[in-house]
Formats: sequence, C-alpha cells, structure tokens
Amino acid sequence: MSALDLAIANLLSPMVLFFALGLGASLARSDLTVPEAIAKFLALYLMMAIGFKGGVAVAKSGLDLTLVGVMLAGIVLSALIPLIGFALLRFSTKLSTVDAAAVAAHYGSISIVTFVAATQTMTSLGLPYEGYLIAVAAVMETPAILTALFLARKARDAAKRGEDEGMGTLLREIGLNGSVVMLIGSFVIGWITGERGMKAVSPFVNDLFFGMICLFLLDMGLIAGRGMREGMKALSWPAIAFGLYMPLISAALAALVCLALGLSVGGTALMITLAASASYIAVPAAMRLALPEARPSIYLTLSLGVTFPFNLALGIPLYVWLAGVVKG
Amino acid sequence: MQTYLKKRIAIVIEQPALNRVLDKLDQLAVTGYTVYPVIAGRGREGSWRSDGMVSDAGRMVSVVCVCDPSKVESIIDPIYKIVSRQVGIITISDCEVIRPDHF
Repeated sequence: MSALDLAIANLLSPMVLFFALGLGASLARSDLTVPEAIAKFLALYLMMAIGFKGGVAVAKSGLDLTLVGVMLAGIVLSALIPLIGFALLRFSTKLSTVDAAAVAAHYGSISIVTFVAATQTMTSLGLPYEGYLIAVAAVMETPAILTALFLARKARDAAKRGEDEGMGTLLREIGLNGSVVMLIGSFVIGWITGERGMKAVSPFVNDLFFGMICLFLLDMGLIAGRGMREGMKALSWPAIAFGLYMPLISAALAALVCLALGLSVGGTALMITLAASASYIAVPAAMRLALPEARPSIYLTLSLGVTFPFNLALGIPLYVWLAGVVKG
Repeated sequence: MQTYLKKRIAIVIEQPALNRVLDKLDQLAVTGYTVYPVIAGRGREGSWRSDGMVSDAGRMVSVVCVCDPSKVESIIDPIYKIVSRQVGIITISDCEVIRPDHF
C-alpha cells in the first residue's frame, strides 16, 4: 500500500472522523461536551485496555534481548529529542528558555492516544507488532521531563521564588502520575494473568475498545478545537511550524535508530509513532509541578492543537510507510 | 445564638499542586479543611473549563479552611511559598462559627 493509500484509508477511519467531528463542533462553538467524569473514565479505560493487552502479548511471546535494546533506544530518544527541539525553538521562535524547555519536554515524551490510534491502524492493516512496546511507551514518558529540567535549570534558578520541592519529591510525583500507574499496573496484571486473564476481561478490553477510542477521540477533538480557538493567539507562526516539522524530525531519528533494532514492520511503525508523538497528559501535569513558570497556553496548544491532529491524520500513515521503507 | 469570629482561608490552586498544599496544611496548625471542585474560570492565561481538559494539568480546585485569627500568618506564609510558583489565588476573609473549639 502506498503512502497516499495509507493516508486516505486513515483519514476515512472512524477514529479520525470522530476526532474531526469533535474538532469541527468545537470550532463551530457547538455546546457538545463530554462530561469530565466520563472523559476521565475513558482515559482510565484506554490505559487499562492497552496496558493489559500489552502484558498479555508479552506473556504469550516471552521476553528476549530485543526488548532491552528497544527500551534503551526509547529512553535515549526520549532524552535526546528535547535537546533538538529546544535548540530549534530557541533558534526559530522568541520563546523564553523555560517555555522552550517545557515545549521540548512534550515532544520528547509520548502520546499514548496517538500510540493507541497507531495500534488500531496496525490491526486494520494486518501488521503484527511487539506487545512489549507498551512498556517502552511507559519508559519514554519521563526522560524528556528530566532533560527539560536540565535545559531550564539556569532560568529556573533565576526565577526561583517560593518553595521548590526536592528532586526526589518531584520524581515521585511524576513517576506516580495516575496515567503511568494505570498503564504499567495493567501491563503487569496482563503479563501475570496472560491468556487466562484475557479470557476473563476480553469483552471489556477488546469488544468495546474501538468504540471507546472513537468516543475518546471525539472528546480529544473537542478539546483540541477549544485549544485552537483560545490558544492559537499565544502561538507565533514559527512555533506552529515547529509543531508540524518536529514530529517528522523525531520520526526520522527513530527510523534511523530502528535500523539497529530487531523490530517487526508494525513494531517499527509504532516506535516511530512514539518518538514522533507529543505528550498532552503526563507531561503537562509534570510541567505544572516542575516548571510552573512555563505557559500551558503554549505547550498544550502546540502538542494537542497542532501535533496531535497532524499525527492522527497524516503522521501515522507516513510512519507506517517509513517503517516499510526501513524494514523493507 | 452565640457565634465566634474566625478567619476563612480560601486557596484556589492547580489540581497537580493540590497534594503539596494538603500535605503542608496537614503539617500546620490547621484542624481541618475542605476541598471543592472548581468548574470553570478565567485568568491571565485565558479561560478554561474542567470538562475541557485532557488531564488534571489545567484543572483547578479550591481548598477552604477556617482558623483562629492568631494562626493566619503561620498558615499563610508556608502556603504562599507553594502557591507563589503556581497559578492560584489565596483569599482571607472573616467568618463566624458556632463551635470555636473546632478551629
């Protein structure tokens, strides 16, 4: 399948169309909303389902040395991408050091929803992938945050006022973020219980999964639309451009790294997607604690209002095509 | 009915920093507090709604505690050290209570 065919098939998938519905409704100022408690439930459900399925896949296939290599590659990519992003932002935009570091952290970390959407694309294309990649996704959440703290350390020291929690407290707060705990915990439960566990919860984590993603993406579209409407005025054109070209740089970097890893085509596409995605769940919460001086209107609007729609509509098919080239 | 003058401290703080504030209140001479959800608002960073947030990062909560006027300063100073770095508001107002020994 060519990159164009992949892009068209992806654009016409229910996931992307529900996202577009939410986005359009929000931009048109419709009163359509997903209540906060339901949105939280959907996020929890996705973490549980994807974590559990990843764990079951690992229980079935077992672990090998490739996992160690892929984990290390994920950590290095997550730590390295913010350095590139930070340099590009400082060069091309007028963002402050703290804002640039916070934005860079989002691009080094990952978006689990983009990952979930990509796994659905793999399933629809019949491309198998390594189940342990969900664990790789989890370890890629945090290194980028540490790199951002390193990049912003001077600006933080200069701006420091009030009480600063120690690094230990900060790491505990970041590491115990609800979404990370749910994801890792479900992965471990899936790993322990394997096929027996899957048989017990399959109707919940498999049969309902696709519909739940569509509903979640409807909400994401509503939120992204609201972000675009209210946050875009805080963004300059070079910053918006960054939200579009940075995923491609990260994807190219990940594709090069994947040349040395023994991943399948599906696994390579997911690894590239992870590197190219930008966080908007775990990292914003971490940034409010670690770099509260950074402006959420910039980093959230960029990752959620620019990069997420780009990845969902065009990025994922492009990364599948790129994986085919790398592993072809 | 006999009432007694106390101070009501209201802290509106970002959800991610809530535990820091509560941990600090637990360490201080505060006999109790109440946490309220906050639905929507507008500040220097623009307007927001709790149902328009993808994570807790942009959500706000309100913490209210009642204390004796003599304790206000010892509570506000350490709390402000946390809130000063975050998005947040602290207000102090007079209130009256019926059971003074509870505060």
